[in-house]
Amino acid sequence: MSQGIGVVGLYVRDQDEALEFYVDKLGFHVHTDAQNGSFRWLTVQHPEQPSLQLGLFKPQAPVLDEATAQTMSEVVAKGAMPPLVLNVDDCRAAYERMRARGVEFTQAPEERYGNVDANFRDPSGNGWKMIESRRTQ
Amino acid sequence: MDPELLRRLLRAKDRIDAASHEAWPVGRLARVSHVSEAHFARSFKQAFGLPPHRYLLTRRLERAKALLRDTTMPILDIALQTGWNSLGTFGRVFRDVNGTSPSDWRAHEHAGRHDLERVPHCFVSAAYRPGLTSAVSEKRRRERPAKKEPSHKPEVL
Repeated sequence: MSQGIGVVGLYVRDQDEALEFYVDKLGFHVHTDAQNGSFRWLTVQHPEQPSLQLGLFKPQAPVLDEATAQTMSEVVAKGAMPPLVLNVDDCRAAYERMRARGVEFTQAPEERYGNVDANFRDPSGNGWKMIESRRTQ
Repeated sequence: MDPELLRRLLRAKDRIDAASHEAWPVGRLARVSHVSEAHFARSFKQAFGLPPHRYLLTRRLERAKALLRDTTMPILDIALQTGWNSLGTFGRVFRDVNGTSPSDWRAHEHAGRHDLERVPHCFVSAAYRPGLTSAVSEKRRRERPAKKEPSHKPEVL
């Protein structure tokens, strides 16, 4: 596929911490980790979704001025960024596996209308909803 | 505000979200956030725009509305399950905030069902969260200026 969304970025408070979280705890792969001066371009990928990169960026100068960077850090830390959704085959199994690795769940798996979902946050405060999606053949 | 503090306040907010039917005195929330009680209430309001007890109320009402809309549970059961001690208090607060009784609201919702199946449940539910920019008792006073206040002290919510 040559057309479509390539990178979607998140703001994180600490890129090392975010890398450890998304790779070691969630099982993502690193796609690009490039340092350029004080700016670090860091993207990860879901192992089953090679066409999309998830950027883990720090709100910082020179891309943002200092006041804006501070505002963005606050917005992330108070959980006000837009929701993210992670689709999984088995929500309860993923919950157990991720919780054992120290992922902060804000809602244990719950069944609603035949679908199971759970909520977790990354260390920065970005909120994920994990939804069980049975594969359609 | 300090992002580290905000992240810890968010943890308390998440705990309310996860169990809004439980009692959340300030001391309990302050412990979740690792701050003093006095600091907690002030910081929470600064961070999220409303005091913690009122935020709790919005989440309880949101949940009650979802149960009114999606189930046929008796209203008393909904009141008890969402954290109220009595049907009377629930009905009074519900009416004060929404301008209609729980049973009227339920009937109205059932009359016009919307196709929201493709939207995750919590976002559908959030649309029913009341925006309580002022205290419920204050709203009550403003909207019924002619009516005499009840002699008993209104429940602080």
